[in-house]
Amino acid sequence: MTSLFRSSLQGVAAPPTALEAGDGYQTVRTPDPKAKPTRLSAHDVCVFYGDKQALENVSIDIPERSVSALIGPSGCGKSTFLRCLNRMNDTIEGARVTGEITLDGENLYSPQVDVVELRARIGMVFQKPNPFPKSIFENVAYGPKIHGLARSKSELEEIVVTSLKRAGLFEEVKDRLHAPGTGLSGGQQQRLCIARAIAVGPEVILMDEPCSALDPIATSIIEELIDELRENYTIIIVTHSMQQAARVSQKTAFFHLGKLIEEGPTERIFTNPRDKKTQDYITGRIG
Amino acid sequence: MTDSFTVSSSGAERRRARIRAGLGRRHLFERIFRGLGVLAILIALALVGSLFWMVISKGYSAFTQANLETEVYFDPDIIKVDPPPQQQPGQSAADFRAQRLAWQRQVTMSNWNRVVEQAVRAAVPPGLEITAREATALVDAGERHRLRDIFVENPGLLGERLPFTMLASADVDNWLKGTIDRDLPDERQQLSPATRALADQLLESGAIQFKFAWHIFTNVDSRSAPASAGLAGGLVGSLYMMLVVVLLAVPIGVASAIYLEEFAPKNRLTDLIEVNINNLAAVPSIVFGLFGAAVFIKYIGLPLSAPIVGGLVLTLMTLPTIIIATRSSLRAVPPSLRQAALGLGASRTQMVFHHVLPVTLPGILTATIIGVAQALGETAPLLLIGMNAFVAAVPGTPFDQSTALPAQIYLWQGNENRNFFEARTSAAIMVLLTLMITMNAIAVLLRQRLERLK
Repeated sequence: MTSLFRSSLQGVAAPPTALEAGDGYQTVRTPDPKAKPTRLSAHDVCVFYGDKQALENVSIDIPERSVSALIGPSGCGKSTFLRCLNRMNDTIEGARVTGEITLDGENLYSPQVDVVELRARIGMVFQKPNPFPKSIFENVAYGPKIHGLARSKSELEEIVVTSLKRAGLFEEVKDRLHAPGTGLSGGQQQRLCIARAIAVGPEVILMDEPCSALDPIATSIIEELIDELRENYTIIIVTHSMQQAARVSQKTAFFHLGKLIEEGPTERIFTNPRDKKTQDYITGRIG
Repeated sequence: MTDSFTVSSSGAERRRARIRAGLGRRHLFERIFRGLGVLAILIALALVGSLFWMVISKGYSAFTQANLETEVYFDPDIIKVDPPPQQQPGQSAADFRAQRLAWQRQVTMSNWNRVVEQAVRAAVPPGLEITAREATALVDAGERHRLRDIFVENPGLLGERLPFTMLASADVDNWLKGTIDRDLPDERQQLSPATRALADQLLESGAIQFKFAWHIFTNVDSRSAPASAGLAGGLVGSLYMMLVVVLLAVPIGVASAIYLEEFAPKNRLTDLIEVNINNLAAVPSIVFGLFGAAVFIKYIGLPLSAPIVGGLVLTLMTLPTIIIATRSSLRAVPPSLRQAALGLGASRTQMVFHHVLPVTLPGILTATIIGVAQALGETAPLLLIGMNAFVAAVPGTPFDQSTALPAQIYLWQGNENRNFFEARTSAAIMVLLTLMITMNAIAVLLRQRLERLK
């Protein structure tokens, strides 16, 4: 870890450092001198679905209050890795996770950790907008309610309004807070889901291809929103669109066949990838 | 690729010809399949239609019955009783009750048949000779008890005349409705020629009229007075059984479905449970009846013929239906909804009760109502726990002896007065079918209402 930082002092031209992984493959790492301090980090994470290994020895540091993008062809394990970060894999029958993921130095998979509390700290936005079949207000208020975050009705209303404002949805829905959330357009629904995640006050927000079901206009609105949110939240986004990764993220990690092939500053990955596979992917030869 | 797949115009022609050659057969196959579908639906409709036509055409006549409008004279020469006892000051309640019972016995001992006979005679046109037997055969045997009860209620009627509508006997009803062959010789007729002639005359003069037979819904079964036999006992008995089923099967069924689907680990044991629940759904209902007789009656000692036992047996029968239907509607909930709740930090229980259950409620409700409606019509298990006994009483509690609607149908269809009870049986079937159709309609309506609320 220290060598990583030392080399980062030498700037972009520094030679790639490689971490020796368990079964021999090496992740190409380019350190970022401008990166913010790390809060969330994964070490040697492997995921198995039954007998099938979906993720092999993934180690990565996620800097706080910035956007990290996970890219790679379909089935490469990027969503699997994302779901490890708030233990959503626990809900899948037969899924097994080894290795260590730490948030502020605390292992998320240690027996002392309560998943419910963990998921309040690490929120998630899904691929398809999935608002509850309830009113817009109820959707946003649900998280604070179950976690007991609001002491009074007015406090709850304040949380809802602030979250909707942060998600850039308030102006569009302020007159119909009690209309069903499922009646909104796809892009609005996704922003509602983001507002719902924000309302719990998470430290990290995971986004699993949040724009894949949206049209280009809704996508650009969400991308702007992500850019604003990074001032306050640590965001990890899985995306199929390399343009999107390039536009919104500061750090990019490229996954291929369950392996983390290369990670580094987004600019660097897209302009000067070191690994052949990364190069092939971003130039469109695989994926 | 050969030239048949090139873009050349001759290749395109050949391709089109090849496609066209198969088109006729493809369209023919489609037409045949559609025709078979329509045919299947028509057959099903025809069967259901003929069932309804048979039941209704046989049963509708039972809803009206012949009634004799006449005048009753509470003749003091026939009803020779003392004035009813009054409670004396200083007399104990037990003494008074004993005295009153003695008086009632005296009233009962009076020859009420003669009162009935006189009432019939009051309606007989002058010039017609008729014996006492022939006169009383005109009205239902239960009418003398009705008159007695009216008198006990109001002893002041002694010596009074009262306009009174009497239910004609089942035999007269048969004769007038034509459900018995009028050309049969006298020895094969159930009524004497005089009574038959009288009935015809009274119908013509308007003294006998056909009226809606409300007593089908308010009276209990009767063998001595078949014309007054009703469904009240069966209706209340079935109602109690439904109550037991709803109170037991719904909470147990829904709770086990939720546990199995949402919380139980997937292992050998839960697989075994699942297989057995599915097996249970396929067990013939008569086996449940045997089980009920062996366990609830023999072992636990619950009373025979009681709706509580029927309800318990039907609960066992309905449970698998409810569990299976509830599980499948839980399984139909999109995973995205569960993920949304879990991703926010909801616990599993919160996820189920806040999000999954509200969405599945219409499905669970429909499953429940259909299960209960199915239980309502179930007969075989009831026969084994004694619900087919002749019980001429409305049960006060689920622990009292009672009959049930399907058991009543079974009893009536075996009644020896076929001519009369054939229509009665169909009428009872109509009542049962109406109840079931109503329940299913409620299920559909509730489902639509709840789904609109979503």
